[in-house]
Amino acid sequence: MSDRKDVVKVASGQGFWGDDLEAPVRQVQGGPIDYLMLDYLAEVTMSILQKQRARDPGAGFARDFVPLMERIFPACIECGVRVVTNAGGVNPVGCAEALVEAGRAAGVSGRAKVGLVTGDDLMDRLDGLLADGHELAHMETGMPLVEIRDQVQSANAYIGAEPIVRALELGADVVVTGRSTDTALTYGPLIHEFGWAADDHDRVAAGVVAGHINECGAQCTGGNCLIDWWNIEGMGSVGFPIVEVSADGSFVVTKHLGSGGRVTRASVSEQIVYEMGDPSTYITPDVIADFTSIHLDDLGNDRVRVHGVKGRARTDFLKVSIAYAGGWKATGTLTYSWPDAGAKALAADRILRERLDRLGLVFDEIRTELVGWDSTHGALVGPPPADVPEVQLRVGVRGADRAAVDRFTREIAPLVLTGPPSVTGFAGGRPRVQEIMAYWPALIRREAVESHLVVDVREV
Amino acid sequence: MTTIQLVHLAHARSGDKGDTANVGVIAYRPEDYDLLRERLTSERVKAHFGVMVQGAVERFELPNLGALNFLLHGALGGGGTMSLMNDAQGKVFSTGLLRMEIEVPDDVAAACRGRGRVPEGWSPEQYGVSG
Repeated sequence: MSDRKDVVKVASGQGFWGDDLEAPVRQVQGGPIDYLMLDYLAEVTMSILQKQRARDPGAGFARDFVPLMERIFPACIECGVRVVTNAGGVNPVGCAEALVEAGRAAGVSGRAKVGLVTGDDLMDRLDGLLADGHELAHMETGMPLVEIRDQVQSANAYIGAEPIVRALELGADVVVTGRSTDTALTYGPLIHEFGWAADDHDRVAAGVVAGHINECGAQCTGGNCLIDWWNIEGMGSVGFPIVEVSADGSFVVTKHLGSGGRVTRASVSEQIVYEMGDPSTYITPDVIADFTSIHLDDLGNDRVRVHGVKGRARTDFLKVSIAYAGGWKATGTLTYSWPDAGAKALAADRILRERLDRLGLVFDEIRTELVGWDSTHGALVGPPPADVPEVQLRVGVRGADRAAVDRFTREIAPLVLTGPPSVTGFAGGRPRVQEIMAYWPALIRREAVESHLVVDVREV
Repeated sequence: MTTIQLVHLAHARSGDKGDTANVGVIAYRPEDYDLLRERLTSERVKAHFGVMVQGAVERFELPNLGALNFLLHGALGGGGTMSLMNDAQGKVFSTGLLRMEIEVPDDVAAACRGRGRVPEGWSPEQYGVSG
């Protein structure tokens, strides 16, 4: 079709909930882009959002998204930048309603449409699905979900590009989803723009690779980059990634001219291997992408070309992200100083455990780490040397009995006067008891979800 | 042959999927990829991490990127919000792996000397300053 663009630019504005709040603004203002994708969700995030919704039925979405849109909505409408996000979390309806309000406050009434994708939430259907023979067995342990059914707090299917494409076809300027896969936020717009067929596996797979590179924000443009990190310039205003995609699926990873950071073969390679399983079989709802087929050409000037991506047909299943109440935990810390800081901290740990034992408290796990010595590389570093200037003792417990975990939180501070000497760093008060929202990944036959997906477009 | 730390031969990034940590290791120089493949077997990586990895170690190859990907099963204390670890999401298993000592030909050791570490005389005041 003649009105199709030759190159579509999809900019990444958030790599997780809690990312640089100014990055999406810089992406919209820093130069021409066609789409802004905002990824807010991770395995852990869904659990956190679920906890928030349990306390407040109006919550459960990435709240930062709403004031952000209030700032950038007018510019997006004026420049024709369409926004695709999974900010909806476990409450996409609440998110879309807040977004419509934000659009009105921002003065785009009558000029903007919000697309809402629902149907990924399986919680209300769960018993029916189990009765129909969907076992929702744990993907790693094989345990069927009925074993923990009473503890389940939320269940969301990872959904793909199809509803995003439908919302864009219906004219949505902003598309809000729940548990869309992170990558679909990038390749959904590409399928919409280029009209790639569902069985055009190589191109859709190339879109998945573009999405994987985009989905962690600045992690491919110099952030958290290990190679030569000390020489990366302009990190105070690091540029977030932009993929410039051609109709054949090849694309260039870059960032706005004049922004900080660095895009090189090495920075992109580090992001490609991030959270990677079997690279030849990267499963998404729409295609299986082969990450071993990726070719990278460093073009210089913060431009890396990606091409040659191969894909194959999707599976009959979608992944389901289930959060269940998994008990309670708390973590307490105290800081010990030279001399013999490590010995003091470990001695404190020993008497703490003796006291917990005497109190008859039962935990599933007690874990001790020394921050400043072994809390990152564990057993690889051995015991601390006698002259280590300081260590922070970090003890965590977890178990099914909330009262036991609560009692643990009261056993940390007493160590200051009843244990080894030269201890400080307890001013933060008692540790907080946290409810564990454990993660249960499962598979479900795709038709059980797809028949329930609904796309709704609302005028602002 | 010379023994060097892996940090001089390769860079890496790690992440999580449930209770499994992944570590992607990328050779600094494409010509060192074969050496990396030879030295970094799953068995070697499993032995390196010892008690830190409760389950199996799987290895996958990405020759186009000069990279290997390792899956370390049962490494994150249950993973996600269940874990009591400071590094519950496996973010620094990458540098943990780069501590490994490996044997390399003398010319490779010479070419890699100093690579992967902050150069002498460099100060954090210089980080990210626009040039």
